[in-house]
Amino acid sequence: MTDELGTTGGSDIDLATRAEALESLLVERGLADTKTIETFIRTYETSVGPMNGAKVVAKAWTDPEYKARLLEDGTAAIGELGFKGPQGEHMVVLENTPAVHHVVVCTLCSCYPWPVLGLPPSWYKDPAYRARVVREPRAVLAEWGTEVPDDVEVRVYDSSSEVRYLVLPERPAGTESLSEDDLAALVTRDAMVGVRKVEAL
Amino acid sequence: MDGVQDMGGDPARYGPLKPLDLDEPAFKQPWEGHAFAVTLLANRAATSSNVHAFRHALERVPEEVYLADYYGRWMASADLLLQESGLLAPGAVEARARRLRGEDVEEPPDPEPNKPTMETAGGGNLRAVDAPPAFAVGDRVRSGAEASRGHTKLPAYARGKVGTISALRPAQVLPDSAAHFLGENPEHVYSVAFDGRELWGPDSEPFSLTIDLFESYLEKT
Repeated sequence: MTDELGTTGGSDIDLATRAEALESLLVERGLADTKTIETFIRTYETSVGPMNGAKVVAKAWTDPEYKARLLEDGTAAIGELGFKGPQGEHMVVLENTPAVHHVVVCTLCSCYPWPVLGLPPSWYKDPAYRARVVREPRAVLAEWGTEVPDDVEVRVYDSSSEVRYLVLPERPAGTESLSEDDLAALVTRDAMVGVRKVEAL
Repeated sequence: MDGVQDMGGDPARYGPLKPLDLDEPAFKQPWEGHAFAVTLLANRAATSSNVHAFRHALERVPEEVYLADYYGRWMASADLLLQESGLLAPGAVEARARRLRGEDVEEPPDPEPNKPTMETAGGGNLRAVDAPPAFAVGDRVRSGAEASRGHTKLPAYARGKVGTISALRPAQVLPDSAAHFLGENPEHVYSVAFDGRELWGPDSEPFSLTIDLFESYLEKT
């Protein structure tokens, strides 16, 4: 099928070749350059990812004043650690507690807080997650093995504006003696979206 | 607009969840990284990085392309925006790809550039709005019931529903307007909390759904 603008569906061109074609056309016209392309790729492969959010969480767990600032003004507190940039224009941090469990989705696209979590993983972009988590969040969490007791309130956030949400997971029991770095190593992107809890090793 | 992108609560999109894979890399294959970077640069060239126009382009790619692959739909959107800006001809990407495969096909000549423009009050999407916010935390509000024919951030599942303002967010460029290059028209934005039963009926799981909605989507009840 081809629509009136020639954006083809059903083409037999594989996506890797399509990417190469698009890139070569743009580079030839001076609309893209290979150095910038490589920089974008390297940035999201190496320096922008969930390890950034994990540092934010570990610091919040160990520094009550930082945690207070983080919950008051997420953008500024996350910026203190040097994390800012596209898709992080206004950050709000949602604290999970023994009484409240937050989980984040973007049903209309796949908006995600890039500066703290990097680019979204497959499951977050997948239609099943986008469709189901706003309708049956407890079933979704249970399917991934995350048990939320009936007396815990579940709050789903659909990221429909430029606000981006980061979940501050509960610090697991038995981690009192761990350093901030050791704690950061426990924090997963799944927990910072709210689909899993953080577990002590 | 109604379309494949509006998936919230849509049983047609139900299915097993993908596994949580903590080792999943940013780009599972090298071409994905190139598709990501090139699409961002294409959108810079075609729309001056109008994120709303990009999301509206995603809504307009053929449904089977949208559903087939995430970066596949990114590239289809880039192609669409480049064509609409007169930077690439229809079929140019397809022809180049065939040439890369060794086929002897002619490439179409470039069209006349016709890049859409829009006055902008600065970078990003946060804006100051002089008028005071129409709603306050705790107010009960009803969302608009009508489907939009253009781009919107009011999903179908949240239309015509009553919720409670839970937070005021920074005022922002209105996507419904900016996606069509009709101006930034910034508005106040509110987090609105809806009870699951308001959205899905009395048999809903117990939970609340909070979504950020623009002031013009809402009216006081």
